[in-house]
Amino acid sequence: MTTAALPTTGPDRGGRSWYKRNEIAVTPWLFLAPAILFFAVYVIFPIFQSINISFYDWDGLGEATYVGLGNYAELMDDGAFEVSLWNNVKWLVFYLLAIPGGLFIALFLNQTVTGIRIYKSLFFFPFVISQVVVGLVFSWFYLPNEGLLNAILGWFGSDGINVLGDPTLATYGIIAAGLWPQTAYCMILYLTGLNAVDPEQVEAARLDGAKGWKMLWYVIVPQLKPATFIAFVVTIIGALRSFDLISIMTNGGPFGQTRVLSYYMFEKALSEYGFRMGYGAAIAVVLFLIMMIFIAYFLWSMWKEEKAR
Amino acid sequence: MRSMMKASIATLALAVASPAFAESHALSGDLKIFLDTSNPAPRATMEMVIAEFQEMHPDLNIETTVIDREAYKTQIRNFLSAGDETPDVATWYAANRMKPYVDAGLFEDVSDLWTEEDIANNLASTKGAMTIDGKQWGVPYTYYQWGIYYRKDIYEELGLTEPANFDEMKSNCQAIVESGRTCYTIGTKNFWTSGGWFDYLNMRTHGFDFHMDLAQGNVKWTDDRVRETFANWRELIDMGGFVENHQSYSWQESLPALVNGEAAAILKGNFAVAPLREAGLTDDQLDFFQFPPINPDVELAEDAPTDTFHIPANAQNKDAARAFLRHVVSASTQSVMNNGDNLGQLPVNAQASIDDDKFLSEGFTMLSENSPGGVAQFFDRDFPAEMAAEAMQGFQEFMVFPDNLDDILARLDKVQERVYK
Repeated sequence: MTTAALPTTGPDRGGRSWYKRNEIAVTPWLFLAPAILFFAVYVIFPIFQSINISFYDWDGLGEATYVGLGNYAELMDDGAFEVSLWNNVKWLVFYLLAIPGGLFIALFLNQTVTGIRIYKSLFFFPFVISQVVVGLVFSWFYLPNEGLLNAILGWFGSDGINVLGDPTLATYGIIAAGLWPQTAYCMILYLTGLNAVDPEQVEAARLDGAKGWKMLWYVIVPQLKPATFIAFVVTIIGALRSFDLISIMTNGGPFGQTRVLSYYMFEKALSEYGFRMGYGAAIAVVLFLIMMIFIAYFLWSMWKEEKAR
Repeated sequence: MRSMMKASIATLALAVASPAFAESHALSGDLKIFLDTSNPAPRATMEMVIAEFQEMHPDLNIETTVIDREAYKTQIRNFLSAGDETPDVATWYAANRMKPYVDAGLFEDVSDLWTEEDIANNLASTKGAMTIDGKQWGVPYTYYQWGIYYRKDIYEELGLTEPANFDEMKSNCQAIVESGRTCYTIGTKNFWTSGGWFDYLNMRTHGFDFHMDLAQGNVKWTDDRVRETFANWRELIDMGGFVENHQSYSWQESLPALVNGEAAAILKGNFAVAPLREAGLTDDQLDFFQFPPINPDVELAEDAPTDTFHIPANAQNKDAARAFLRHVVSASTQSVMNNGDNLGQLPVNAQASIDDDKFLSEGFTMLSENSPGGVAQFFDRDFPAEMAAEAMQGFQEFMVFPDNLDDILARLDKVQERVYK
């Protein structure tokens, strides 16, 4: 089939090697092979391995005993799991604030003033520094007695709040810390997107009398759709992988109220006192399923876009 | 090459059948030592002890790996079962903390060492902590007392004395609170800090045996006796005895309150003394007392966590490892290792000399003369890992929201049912 498509270059066609004859069909696969191999070994295989482990009671050292769906049954009845799941939902919802936040900063910075490059890079700065540093800075900011936040609240006569020590506030406090770099990330995406906005359309809209919010909503934002999509993808994924900030800022505390699924899994399976590989794997499988919903949606919308073209 | 080395080790093992001979026989081959002593002072101490051992056995090729103390706690699972890469000697902790590895067959049974005269006679006090299923699985190298470290100058200013019982402890606390300070600083961001308070309150209310019964899962958390312990704890909480917002501070971050006089005392292990001295407290300002009796009918028991050396079951050079363990616990090494210039803790060998430090000598007297009830290892070493993790988190919650107690205890019962099946 492929040989027929190849140009005939000589009389002794049969004498060419198998590779030469199948070059066009084989070469892409050869280039893909390393990626496929590593993806299979380090991503696909571990997924099935985790699913398998989630059916066992195993301390990571001794013999594993098969418990069927026992770990999942226990999850249903586990208050800490419920808290982690809800926290994941909070992360998903509030982390999305980074998208409008990034858009407005991008609109604000999308002007030509002297030194705008410096302002842009200053706004982008939080995304460049490590999450660990962000976490540390914010945990100092929130410190109950010494922290800057309470110093500021003190000017307004407030007694001060212990954000990270209060089980109802702590998760929001961490999300706020996460929003700082994430907003910067969305801002950069939108800044690039704004460069591609068609000035003629803006001009035409202006002639038609559009301005302010209408201009933004009906003319600018639709043109930013690709940037919005990417911002949405990275923010959702960022929210689901939130781990480092929690680990740095609260260790999941106070009394486990700021855990998310990934942190709970780590605590149960891999931390100092964690010896429940099977249970940890079951949590990981649940997190994986949640991620699958989003990933499937992203793939589907990308596929739809491609087909529309 | 490897088979040759194994063969030579085998012949060596045959040749040194008697332990006394092993000590004098020249050891050779590699000796891989993994340490969790990543803090500067303990690290230097270990390096010194290892250098001494190297001098005694020049033919031995010693490789030392120091791993960050926190990271070590999770890495140990991997390197204990790493085949040829398994170390020959590794540090760890006594009691239940070593149980997962003993149960998984990853630690070598070293009961033979404990029958040797030197060890049998001089290390008897820690033998229990090293025993699981009637066998010994390692040797201790240091231990330290827990107790209340307090600001003597503040106590004197308020005319208070070291309390002799719980009532005095509470009345002292009342006086301290009235002077605008708090009685005890604590940083429960490290859950284990609250474990120390539970250990003492429970052992003082119901005694060592009850505490161990709870550790072994023979008593329910919702038991009325456990509630009594929490009721005593609550008295201190309700009078404002503990610093506010302790859930946001690590144990290190809780120390400044003591240094700048906002809090008058801390319940802590002896390791707190070094940072407190560094922060500027003199020995005239800082003093120590034993946690006072609560129920006069129970014998006093103390927490004294023991740090240990083990030989992994997969070790390649077990003879050299045994020789190293003997060297570490010998009276002379113990005296040097634990003195104030080095670890600044208590030696495990009864023949070793104790450094002339007021906290160490007070602690030693307390543990050897005034702890008839027994010596516990510490909450997270006596209780199974999972139980300890859940419980300490519950203690933290209790200290912030004492009203949640019923909920917490019910939760702990549920965990208990699963852990001790």
